Amino acid sequence: MEKEEILRQKHASREKLLAKWVLMNENAKNLVQKEIQMDHQTVIAWEAKAEGEKKKLLMKLRISIDKQQKAFQKIDSLEYKKKAGPLAPKPTTVRNVILAFFFGGLICTIGQLITNLFIANGLLDKDAGTATAAVLIFAGSFFTGLGVYDELGKYAGAGSIVPITGFANSIAASALEAKREGFIYGVGARLFMVAGPVIVYGTVVSILIGLIYFFMR
Amino acid sequence: MEVILKAFLLGGIICAIGQLLMDLTPFNITPGHILVGYVTVGAILSAIGLYQPLIDWGGAGATVPLSGFGHLLAQGAIDGVKNKGLLGAMGGGLESTSVGISAAIVFGLLTAIFFRPRG
Amino acid sequence: MAKNKAGEQTLAFLRVPIISTWGTVVGPMEGEGPLGDYFDKILDNNLYEGDKSWEESEQKMMQHSMELALEHAGMSSKDMEFYLAGDLLNQIIVANFTARFFDVPFLGVYGACSTLVEGLALGSTLICGEYADKVGVSVSSHHDTAERQLRFPTEQGVQRPMTAQWTVTGAGSYILGSSGSGIRITHATIGKIKDLGISDTNNMGTAMAPAAFDTIKANLQDLGRKVSDYDLIITGDLGILGLSVLKELMRAEGYVTDNVSDCGVLIYRPDQDTHSGGSGCGCSGVVLSYLLKQMVERRYLRIFLIGTGALLSPISAFQGESIPGIAHGVVLEYC
Repeated sequence: MEKEEILRQKHASREKLLAKWVLMNENAKNLVQKEIQMDHQTVIAWEAKAEGEKKKLLMKLRISIDKQQKAFQKIDSLEYKKKAGPLAPKPTTVRNVILAFFFGGLICTIGQLITNLFIANGLLDKDAGTATAAVLIFAGSFFTGLGVYDELGKYAGAGSIVPITGFANSIAASALEAKREGFIYGVGARLFMVAGPVIVYGTVVSILIGLIYFFMR
Repeated sequence: MEVILKAFLLGGIICAIGQLLMDLTPFNITPGHILVGYVTVGAILSAIGLYQPLIDWGGAGATVPLSGFGHLLAQGAIDGVKNKGLLGAMGGGLESTSVGISAAIVFGLLTAIFFRPRG
Repeated sequence: MAKNKAGEQTLAFLRVPIISTWGTVVGPMEGEGPLGDYFDKILDNNLYEGDKSWEESEQKMMQHSMELALEHAGMSSKDMEFYLAGDLLNQIIVANFTARFFDVPFLGVYGACSTLVEGLALGSTLICGEYADKVGVSVSSHHDTAERQLRFPTEQGVQRPMTAQWTVTGAGSYILGSSGSGIRITHATIGKIKDLGISDTNNMGTAMAPAAFDTIKANLQDLGRKVSDYDLIITGDLGILGLSVLKELMRAEGYVTDNVSDCGVLIYRPDQDTHSGGSGCGCSGVVLSYLLKQMVERRYLRIFLIGTGALLSPISAFQGESIPGIAHGVVLEYC
């Protein structure tokens, strides 16, 4: 038990270093890291042989040494991010938002024109909406096949992702690229790579809404 | 003409919000996150009665974005409950969106059959 | 202490390996880049005529680059005593399938984009240790195979962030020999993993820069050299952002950075819309051939080439793990 007490004290004294870690030079840091690593392997060896209560205590010590190591790394990581972060080029948000607005609006406008066409030909409002969705999904898939939709996506960003054509694009792109892996585990399975989560969470939310409505009624 | 302009405006705004989410949040937001988020939020807005007014105002500007798909799911479930009770709560959402889902599956498959990825 | 080791991390090759010949195959975009004229073969398309998958084409690129290198040397593949190769695909299938074709003793190596330098260092060790007189080293990467494995399907409409790099479509092969004329590999510095908590797969340059810096420092320390003892210190694929981070790290510790550059910055023109430059095994894999030609023409006499690797996998990326960076270096001298 005495040997463990020494490790525990070393561990506790290292905790004090956390505050001045940033100011320490690399050699000093390396020495501390080495000490942590040595203590860690010692505890692992003890833990492997220990039993019962003692084993639990040693496990706790090992975990706290782990945490200490990560805490030091975290400080280094934050320091580095502070240094490197400002060097990263910023996304051109204003331009992106304008493009997203324009292309997103354009796709919706096309949707409205198609809907009007269906209504003029005698479809009910609701059916016209459904038919429009089907046409847009066809268009999204078709332009994905032609290799045009990903080019649009470069400029339009969310403007090409949010409309239902974007949903069709993510399905068609996943399916298309899996062609070489066969039609069962390739196309058939990968088709749902992005659509799957949409259907899963969409269905779950709709059921929850249905249930809430059922019990509130 | 006014309908079309409104569809453009509303659709544009809904998409621009998506772009802001992608550019300004510190997390790595992928198209998958956007799509799932829009369907879920659209369904919830629809359930509390906030999505129908958007459709009444902006038409396709609200139905074409994927939040409109969420709206269909939610309204399907609610209609289902009205007609069939508990069973409708389970099936209503998928029933009302079945055309869209089937179309996406069929056209996705056809794309894979008839095209080759270009890279 | 081991007699062929200098300092802590550097191998000194007393029986000096020589890069005698090489072969490079690149995609169309790399062919249009500023170094296009230096590459042996430029594909018209990212796919070979008749190939059904990009993976198939990447394998052909690696194989053809080695065949070109062999042809330049007037050797047959059987003259290679050992073949070291690696790539970016899961289980390094490109290298394995290429080795299937050559039928020579083969070691697959993986160090992500540091694979070229890792292969050169190991090959040099075989030669220095008198285990071999001729060793072949190949690496490759392909934009589309890498993209679909690590990020999104290529046809999906996504906006790449400004920090993202473009995976180079290219394969490079090099023949190391124990005699003859050419560029000598005098030292290799084996790097340590450095992980400073960057987890964004669209920002690999920042993830790898600390590893590159660490290896440069170790090399200078081990050999008692200054930055200016090299005509060029060039990293593999830090890209524009990574290179500026590396220079920042170097300046902070008082190093000069005038002669520090990066293969990923050189390979594309700024208007090629790659955002932060090139990446991938093929990046340093093909740019090295350009550097060697510069050395033959005596523009550079001593270069320190540092291969930089981001050691992540699609699974680790999804689980949000940070990216461990690695960097190995070789010292090239003209004789």
